[in-house]
Amino acid sequence: MSIPSQDNAIQGSRLIRALIYTVLIVFVIYYLLPLYVMLVNSFKPLEEIRGGDMLSLPDQWTIAPWLSAWSTAQIGVEPTGLRPYFWNSIMMVVPAVAISTVLGALNGYVLTKWQFRGHGIVFGMLLLACFIPFQIVLIPMARVLGFLGIAGTTGGLVLVHMVYGLGFTTLFFRNYYAAFPTELVRAAQIDGAGFFTIFWRILVPSSAPIAVVTIIWQFTNIWNDFLFGSSFADFDSVPMTVALNNLVSSSTGVKEYNVHFAGAVLAALPTLVVYIVSGRYFVRGLMAGAVKG
Amino acid sequence: MASLTIENLHKSYGSVEVLKGIDIEIEDGGFLVLVGPSGCGKSTLLNTIAGLEDITSGDIRIGDRSVAGLHPSKRDIAMVFQSYALYPNMSVAQNISFGMEIRGIDKASREKAIRDVADMLQIGQLLDRKPSQLSGGQRQRVAMGRALVRDPMVFLFDEPLSNLDAKLRVDMRTEIKRLHQRMGTTIVYVTHDQIEALTLATKIAVLKDGILQQFGTPAEIYNDPSNMFVADFMGSPSMNLIEATVAKNGSDHAIELESADGSSLSLPVNGLASLADYAGRKIVFGIRPEALTDPEGADRNETRVVEQSCLIEVVEPAGSDTFAVTRLGGKEAIARLRADAKIEPNQQARLAFNMAKAVFFDPESTNRIH
Repeated sequence: MSIPSQDNAIQGSRLIRALIYTVLIVFVIYYLLPLYVMLVNSFKPLEEIRGGDMLSLPDQWTIAPWLSAWSTAQIGVEPTGLRPYFWNSIMMVVPAVAISTVLGALNGYVLTKWQFRGHGIVFGMLLLACFIPFQIVLIPMARVLGFLGIAGTTGGLVLVHMVYGLGFTTLFFRNYYAAFPTELVRAAQIDGAGFFTIFWRILVPSSAPIAVVTIIWQFTNIWNDFLFGSSFADFDSVPMTVALNNLVSSSTGVKEYNVHFAGAVLAALPTLVVYIVSGRYFVRGLMAGAVKG
Repeated sequence: MASLTIENLHKSYGSVEVLKGIDIEIEDGGFLVLVGPSGCGKSTLLNTIAGLEDITSGDIRIGDRSVAGLHPSKRDIAMVFQSYALYPNMSVAQNISFGMEIRGIDKASREKAIRDVADMLQIGQLLDRKPSQLSGGQRQRVAMGRALVRDPMVFLFDEPLSNLDAKLRVDMRTEIKRLHQRMGTTIVYVTHDQIEALTLATKIAVLKDGILQQFGTPAEIYNDPSNMFVADFMGSPSMNLIEATVAKNGSDHAIELESADGSSLSLPVNGLASLADYAGRKIVFGIRPEALTDPEGADRNETRVVEQSCLIEVVEPAGSDTFAVTRLGGKEAIARLRADAKIEPNQQARLAFNMAKAVFFDPESTNRIH
């Protein structure tokens, strides 16, 4: 009688594991390669890049391209670097994310815990906002901004992004709060707490996971937006993405690839930081919202 | 402390009527239990008393004051929820004092009240913990503490023991009863467990499909059920409800039922004149398992005990009692015998029917025949 060999089983699973790791490593290289190329070349002098080998490490390390991209590179007509535009983006993203998140949370709260006649229709319409392509709202939005007298300002961009993001933030918070026990709200009502007290003292302290999801989602989307930025911004409110485009596509003088690479990394940095700082909540929060709702 | 009066209460969701004219009155310091199967409207009724749901028509009064339309926090009530509903982000102490904080009571009084309640419920060592760090029984105590600290006119309990394991449930039941005896506050308590209802209540309201089936003391509900639903729902094992035919027996009546071996079994009924209307017709004969027992275990002071021979199908020893299953009127009937009763399955045995405890129902209306 033959006994199945345990060694064989282990060796077989080792082989499969090796195969899986090989495939995964190939994918990791595939995804990291562009980042590597950008970083390596942003630390090279321009002559080295012209020399041809994009993948080699710099012979001569320099941070000049980074300094140039940040503060002296020619963007459009002004040699200001990306710095002012970086601040433009911050001034736009922070209020837009904050307001849309708070309003989304309030919407979710009302749609689940203070349901009114027709709440389903209101939620459906807000949900529809998630599916409207950017291009469709461009002209109506331009009219609205003109009517409100905030066309071309950072405030105008904040409004655009806030309105556009509200559908998503409401969806996230509604699904999260749908699973939040209604008995807690009732207990607080009996304790005498009002609408906003219940919101701030009972729901908000339990909302960290979904708030992180919403903030990452909104921050990434608004920071990376190009269309609204290029359509609605004026000279003094141009966001980072549009400035980066202006830097890279300016047709005068030599193409400073090392500066372009540095600028691109600078433009991507904030979203990267947000992901690294709060990424582990992201998956957890997405799951929490997804299970019930 | 105050009495509670519910008058002709109706509640509808759109066209669906869930409470159809409820009338209940409980005296100051009473313990009212609302009991019924799921979907009977008992939790809705409690929520309308709490003010968490609007009423469609009728009135609710606490003491002399109508509270219909008042905000929950203004009704002077406190509620313990089925899920306990402890605020997850707050410590036990904060949970207990949240209501006082909202009402603007100063810190020193709040801390004194927390200490008093914590002593009463023996949760002093838990005050700094979060609800997630507590066991089920401890959460239950904290939820009661949060209600106690309000010192309300009426306590409302919404199935508070249903999430506990069987042993803890019995302990907490005793504790709730002791708490009620000590404080003497009016309590309204919702449960689907008829044992809880019988042990705790001073008055029980049995509900079904939004209609109040019977309202009375536990003894009235148990001994004098007003219809077949109440008879069947209250008591465990439930009352034997057996189809029988009314026959003349001299100047009085007897009922005849089919026994396990197909033969007819006759039981005399004394002094129930209204059975005359049912002469020759089918009725439903109700007898509790403890009124159907072995002759030695029967009530010796009762003169209306009738012995008959029945075929026993199954014997279930349960420690304190032995249950014997026989067949009467084509249906299984359970007899409750002494633990050491000599009885064997598949044999004839003498069973004593205590006819003084028997009740009769109209099979069509399911109402009691008095």
